[in-house]
Amino acid sequence: MKVLDMQGIRKSFGELSVLKDISLSVEEGEVVAIIGPSGSGKSTLLRCATLLETVDGGSITYLDQAVAWEENGAAVYAPPRELREMRQVFGLVFQNFNLFPHFSVLRNIMDAPMKVQKRPGAEVEQEARELLKKMGLEGREDAYPFQLSGGQQQRVAIARALAMNPKLLFFDEPTSALDPELTGEVLRVIRRLAEEKMTMVIVTHEMGFARQVADRVIFMDKGVIVEQGGPEIIDHPVHARTRAFLNKLEGETT
Amino acid sequence: MSFGTMAAMLGGGMLKSILIYFCTLVGALPLGLLVAFGRMSKNRILSGIVKVYISIMRGTPLMLQLMVVFFGPFYLLRISTGTGYRFAAVVIGFVLNYAAYFAEIYRGGINAIPVGQREAAQVLGYSRSRTFMTIILPQVVRHILPAITNEMITLVKDTSLAFAISYAEMFTLAKKIASSHATLMPFIISGVFYYVFNFLVAFVMERCEKKLSYYR
Repeated sequence: MKVLDMQGIRKSFGELSVLKDISLSVEEGEVVAIIGPSGSGKSTLLRCATLLETVDGGSITYLDQAVAWEENGAAVYAPPRELREMRQVFGLVFQNFNLFPHFSVLRNIMDAPMKVQKRPGAEVEQEARELLKKMGLEGREDAYPFQLSGGQQQRVAIARALAMNPKLLFFDEPTSALDPELTGEVLRVIRRLAEEKMTMVIVTHEMGFARQVADRVIFMDKGVIVEQGGPEIIDHPVHARTRAFLNKLEGETT
Repeated sequence: MSFGTMAAMLGGGMLKSILIYFCTLVGALPLGLLVAFGRMSKNRILSGIVKVYISIMRGTPLMLQLMVVFFGPFYLLRISTGTGYRFAAVVIGFVLNYAAYFAEIYRGGINAIPVGQREAAQVLGYSRSRTFMTIILPQVVRHILPAITNEMITLVKDTSLAFAISYAEMFTLAKKIASSHATLMPFIISGVFYYVFNFLVAFVMERCEKKLSYYR
């Protein structure tokens, strides 16, 4: 079953065309990694999928429910009330965590399930504590984000997204703001989610990680999908542009 | 005139000064937020009007504004105002003036909140009003508290401007007593009053700041 289906997505900022006819669909249980140079449009694609950005054209469908579609060459969105419901289908983990600094760790995780989903506090709290345990953050319930390392903050952010019980979790370069020694702990958590068959779309620069965890790798450049396939395309890219990008990355890390 | 009677007379004025002070805050703090919204509105006409309003409030003397509010209805519109209007005019004048200053402080504070906070709330499904009330505003308040304290301290001293329309707050009375009895005493008492008042304001606000400094 398709959790997300995006067809023919177009998006420009003024004169600059950032997404040129991009299609992406994600099956339940699938882990998709999106790689590509900066400015290739991968973050914009994620922001369009998570409704932080509106598309100029194309269609977005979550679980067979139309979120956006095209009418007379322009994108039309579902009414705001429906959109708010659709947002419950997915979660997003940001590059900069974006935790709420004035809420404790526990409140960061519990606030939306209680206030938005109106679930009972006791149930939410139990789930939140379990999530924290899973993230290796037991005992940090009452800490404030500033008291945590970047890696810990990002794991809280993952727990916050998971507490909404999304069908699909997006990650926007989840380790790019972290020191190298902290990326490991975040990647470990994501890997574990992959093992549990969580449906995920991950924009990342960590090639080794993408190779390990992804069922499908998508290489984007200049607003188009240049190449996609199994994780083996990282080692055996077909397209020259993919090759050039991967070579450059390798040159930088060795 | 004995010190006792003088103090009693001034005491009544002090209560009126304090009344002006709190009425102004109760009116101007929320109104300032609305004005800030207007100023930040995408509607060009609305934000333009609000910009002009702020510019006038900040660009002309508060004393003059009080006079316009008090005498304006009669001279401009031929409406005769009742006896209770003097106090109302003081409060209206102060609220309109201070709301303009507060609005700019709010605006700065709101703009200082990273856009990621709004986006995180949006993805989690918070409504716009809940995002503002529970995510944005608490952080804004913390940011702007020192600037608000400044204004609150200035306001204590500005209450004396009500003498411009002869409202019998403390400073108006102090001047009256000083000139009729040829003594500096009322001025000394009022100086002490303003200082103690502001000392308390600063103390309370410092406590508030401390209370909100549990996070960074």
